[in-house]
Amino acid sequence: MTSLTKTPTPQDLPAVSDVPLTHGSLPRRAAPLTLLGSVLAGLLLFVLDWSPAWCALLAAAGYTLTVYLWSRRVEGSRKATDRVVTAIVTSAFLLALLPLVSVLITVVGKGLARFDATFFTNSMRGVVGEGGGVHHAIMGTLIITGLAALISVPVGILTAIYLVEYGRGRLARYITFFVDVMTGIPSIVAGLFAYALFELFYGPGVRMGIMGAVALSVLMIPIVVRATEEMLKLVPNELREAAFALAVPKWLTILKVVLPTALAGIATGVTLAIARVIGETAPLLIAVGITTGDNFDPFDGRMATLSVFSYYEYVSPGVPPEPSLDRAWSAAFLLIIIVMALNLVARLVSRLFAPKTRA
Amino acid sequence: MKRTIPGRLLALPAAIVLSFGLAACSSSNESDDENNNSNGNGGGETAETTSELSGTLNGAGASSQDAAQQAWMAGFVAANPDVTVNYDPVGSGGGREQFVAGATHFGGTDAYLADEELQGAIDRCAPGELIELPAYISPIAVIFNLEGVDELNLSASTIAQIFDQKITNWNDEAIAADNPDVELPDQAITPVNRSDESGTTENFVEYLAAAAPEDWTHEVSGDWPVAGGEAAQGTSGVVQAVTNGEGTIGYADASQAGDLGTVKVKVGEEFVGYSPDAASKVVEVSTPAEGRTQYDFAYDLSRDTTESGAYPIVLLSYQMACTSYEDAETAELVKAYLNYMISPEGQQAAADAAGSAPISDSLRAQIQPAVDAISAAE
Amino acid sequence: MRKGQTVPPTSERTRTRGAPLSLGDRLFAGSATGAGVLILLVLAGVAAFLVAEAWPALTASEDEIPGGEGLVLYIWPLLLGTLLSATLALLMAAPLAVAIALFVTHYAPRRLAAPLGYIIDLLAAVPSIIYGLWGFSVLAPQTVSPSGWLAENLGWIPFFAGPASSTGRTMLTAAIVLAVMILPIITAVIREAFLQTPRLHEEASWALGATRWEMIRLSVLPFGRSSMIGGSMLGLGRALGETMAVAIVLSVSADAFSFNLISSSNVATIAANIALKFPESSGVAVNVLIASGLVLFVVTLLVNMGARAVINRRREFSGAN
Repeated sequence: MTSLTKTPTPQDLPAVSDVPLTHGSLPRRAAPLTLLGSVLAGLLLFVLDWSPAWCALLAAAGYTLTVYLWSRRVEGSRKATDRVVTAIVTSAFLLALLPLVSVLITVVGKGLARFDATFFTNSMRGVVGEGGGVHHAIMGTLIITGLAALISVPVGILTAIYLVEYGRGRLARYITFFVDVMTGIPSIVAGLFAYALFELFYGPGVRMGIMGAVALSVLMIPIVVRATEEMLKLVPNELREAAFALAVPKWLTILKVVLPTALAGIATGVTLAIARVIGETAPLLIAVGITTGDNFDPFDGRMATLSVFSYYEYVSPGVPPEPSLDRAWSAAFLLIIIVMALNLVARLVSRLFAPKTRA
Repeated sequence: MKRTIPGRLLALPAAIVLSFGLAACSSSNESDDENNNSNGNGGGETAETTSELSGTLNGAGASSQDAAQQAWMAGFVAANPDVTVNYDPVGSGGGREQFVAGATHFGGTDAYLADEELQGAIDRCAPGELIELPAYISPIAVIFNLEGVDELNLSASTIAQIFDQKITNWNDEAIAADNPDVELPDQAITPVNRSDESGTTENFVEYLAAAAPEDWTHEVSGDWPVAGGEAAQGTSGVVQAVTNGEGTIGYADASQAGDLGTVKVKVGEEFVGYSPDAASKVVEVSTPAEGRTQYDFAYDLSRDTTESGAYPIVLLSYQMACTSYEDAETAELVKAYLNYMISPEGQQAAADAAGSAPISDSLRAQIQPAVDAISAAE
Repeated sequence: MRKGQTVPPTSERTRTRGAPLSLGDRLFAGSATGAGVLILLVLAGVAAFLVAEAWPALTASEDEIPGGEGLVLYIWPLLLGTLLSATLALLMAAPLAVAIALFVTHYAPRRLAAPLGYIIDLLAAVPSIIYGLWGFSVLAPQTVSPSGWLAENLGWIPFFAGPASSTGRTMLTAAIVLAVMILPIITAVIREAFLQTPRLHEEASWALGATRWEMIRLSVLPFGRSSMIGGSMLGLGRALGETMAVAIVLSVSADAFSFNLISSSNVATIAANIALKFPESSGVAVNVLIASGLVLFVVTLLVNMGARAVINRRREFSGAN
């Protein structure tokens, strides 16, 4: 702690010799106390019947302004700017968290309604009205998404490796560009494409789990490529050069040096890609359809998936609608839980295998 | 460091595959077919039926029928445990297209086949004949959310002007004239329509065009023709938008109207609220469409009927099928399923689960021969 | 600012392959190239499918197109609606995503950072229909009174011309929902890049006496720049193509595009329009919808071209410095 008694230097261009070696600083508790003050002021406004949004906004603005002016007086403009940015980043984070938390609360609140044993062990075969379960849809979602991952992850990672490590010239530029384009394929178009593709071989009316996996792969591959590519690019070049200097062949360098370094990021990217497609409804609607009972063979006939199940339970509920709507929300909640589990696995994978480069 | 990196990277998807591989046991209500019957409460008398039917039946079409199809499937499957019936509620257009292309065994559609599609369907069924059955009748309610008002009497002309945004306030004279006992507030009307193309819209607009031709001059289609109102997706969307807003009015499947206020519609000189009987009555007094084949029961509903006790705003949805299928097993399945569908039990199951209006006995007697005619092609 | 070591490897190594290629190298390079080519093939397949299916609509006469005014006039308002909603969503989401990523990587206490990032990742998995339902039933009612205020006090700005919707199912609400949807995906990409900022750069900044913000501005942000653009493009792609959520949230009832964000009369987006009309369409109408999908495809192509150009120009600058 430097002393507060030191007078701040004048702002106008001090000569080098005038610059003091120490400068003023706010007391350690200044920021938290100001924050507390603003929050209290906000609460006061709230009690006076202002809308919560305005209270939060005014409290944040009040804190930012107070801290900025105070810090500017005592610490100078650089520190003041730093404090303002901290305030802005933090409040932006809180602001963004608001809708996200609201979505989560909505889903969890409504989704818990049907978290009973029947829901997880039964299918919808022969069920009207209350009861029924989504066992068939859970399996369908896992099978189809698993197949989609089996297709997309190798293709995506290999493509990223090509782009970063091998790709030169025109082909690489085309691939980079068209991978970007691919991220923009509307999901419903991916479904139509998969349907048209399989229709060529199997005739009209074909519905198979694998078609859904292909449609999802079309959506998933570009995400895997982009995420992996970014991560591979971030691997320091010195690592590669060190390996080359030891006469390690290029492919081994990539396998043993580059990929492990980027593994954590890649795992996150893959999880993200899975998360992106696992809740996809439109393409599965077209390519896989829906069925009420068990079908775990992705090469034969319709399968149920959680997203499609949830969609249909919502759009065409029976009379009364409540049991269907409960099932719809619970199925959606279940999807989130599945992704949560996947996420954990991805984190585990990256923690187990990634080299320890950072403390 | 023996394992290669791709191996590790594949560990993630492999783990997923493994986990479902281990857990891929069947649903507990399906693991034992003998004890399966308790699940289907739409099934009725399943115990004595010893069914020999087996196989898979695929259908696709109108989403309006979905809830009813679910009930029919449940009832049918309960009686025939080895059968699987699938119905994709992809929409009427998709249903017609897939049926004509031979992609499905049966189809559901909110509008009967017309023009080139009709010819396509006839060709698809050759050498047999095309069947169209009006097996699903659902009243459409005009719903509103107005504080303190539960029921309103409105004529077709007033409804048309409200939805055309010509009448814009609830205390308008035209509304007040039909509702002398109701205290109407000075509040703006927000009409709510479907934003998606739908059979419900088409049937509602058809009613307005037929019953109030002077006030409703827009083209009849499944697409809502008036711009500038509030629009929402699907029946649930409209119901929710009407519920959330104030002074809102919309149209939706009567079964989903819930606690909202509903309109009694002027037919002849009286005001009729929706009810299953009133809805099936309008089908009875309607005339079959002209130029159709023997088993093609397409109806032009008489929306402007003055018949006492008929409720003219109904959605009539058809089942499409053929009288002959190449495969004997499929033919048996289609026949049995349609038979169940139009039977009194089937109609009651749909009424319970989807709020539809059971077809009358006389209509059943008319369409029964079509179902009986289904057989395998020689 | 950028030292040689941070320049992406693609731009430098060209002569690392002196020795003849081993079998492993050839196999590996071959399969990597094969994967890239496979992607091109898939994309060509999708494009061919789109063009083939859209062709009847392109050649159809004007009165066969829904609306009766020809294909261009049918798709044009939808295109504008798509661009408006997606741009708004990106404008809202991208700065927030950078802030979240910064907070998680450089501001939050370590103990807190991991779970926070985790929660945000999860939200990428929420099915879009849920976002739609949330927007419809939770968010939209909240926007009714603010948009009434906007219409009253800022009505002279075309965006807030009003009249304000009574249910809140407006373009603004749809854009907010889209922003919330794309936030997790943008954040995740940026966060990973920020985490990879070379420790030495950060420490060098600290050693020079930089404040936290100066350190971020000088070492973290430049390092993550290409990821920021890349992540935003991913988000924009999702926002442009989002189907179900927009279809549920937006009140689609206008024939003509307007910049009015808070009325109940809006044009649809291309993807939402496909979802709303596709099920009940038949004949040329289906081809028209697929033609609109083709337009969306082309738009994404152009947007990505633009983004590429921006990134490349920046890269040249940093090389020149």
